[in-house]
Amino acid sequence: MSATVRLQQEPFDAAAEAAKITRGRSDVGAVVMFTGICRGDENGEPIAALTLEHYPGMAEAEIARHVEAAESRWALQGVTVIHRYGRIAPGEDIVLVVTASSHRQDAFAAAEFLMDYLKTRAPFWKRVERADGGTWVDAKSSDDALADRWARPSGRREAAE
Amino acid sequence: MKLLYFAWVRERVGKPEEEIELPAEIATVGDLMSWLSRRGEEYAHAFENPRVIRAAVDRAHVKADTAIAGAREIAFFPPMTGG
Repeated sequence: MSATVRLQQEPFDAAAEAAKITRGRSDVGAVVMFTGICRGDENGEPIAALTLEHYPGMAEAEIARHVEAAESRWALQGVTVIHRYGRIAPGEDIVLVVTASSHRQDAFAAAEFLMDYLKTRAPFWKRVERADGGTWVDAKSSDDALADRWARPSGRREAAE
Repeated sequence: MKLLYFAWVRERVGKPEEEIELPAEIATVGDLMSWLSRRGEEYAHAFENPRVIRAAVDRAHVKADTAIAGAREIAFFPPMTGG
């Protein structure tokens, strides 16, 4: 499986990344692409921008660990994860997950699994910038619950089965 | 040993990282947090509620009862909000 994990400040080209994953091969039957985008509001209040802080070294390692976990759990032909850091304005992309598989179920499940874990385990922190100052975004318990369901045998969503 | 702080933990402590000499009796991540919280007002503020603070030893997530013997780098940070 080909895996790409990248952290960067600059914007990415989601369509180009998705195209790259299938280029020159005919065994891929499904590509799922998820893009997380900076909203213009947080809890109903308008925001000027988000600033993402990360833990260099650990962020790459943690994402790579989850890509490996996805690879061992589903039949994947390719995975790309790109996460931006630094200042990101509303409307700009923050994160990209692309998964490629022979069939759609594995690609969908792996993409969702990776996003759920990125939200709760990858060492990134969002700070909201507003006209009158800034605040750190609080972690959501609903995100923890979404990540936890992949660990529970009863909550497993084994697409291949 | 190198300590790293991120997000509001970093802001409260007032620095992103530091090198420290640990007393021998500090055995776990939790011990380290309570020792740090006694180092001054800024640390007391940062670690006032240790249950909400997450830790990583040598760039892997750990729980508060994890032993720190042999660790090179320990990081403290709030729950993550990436993605």
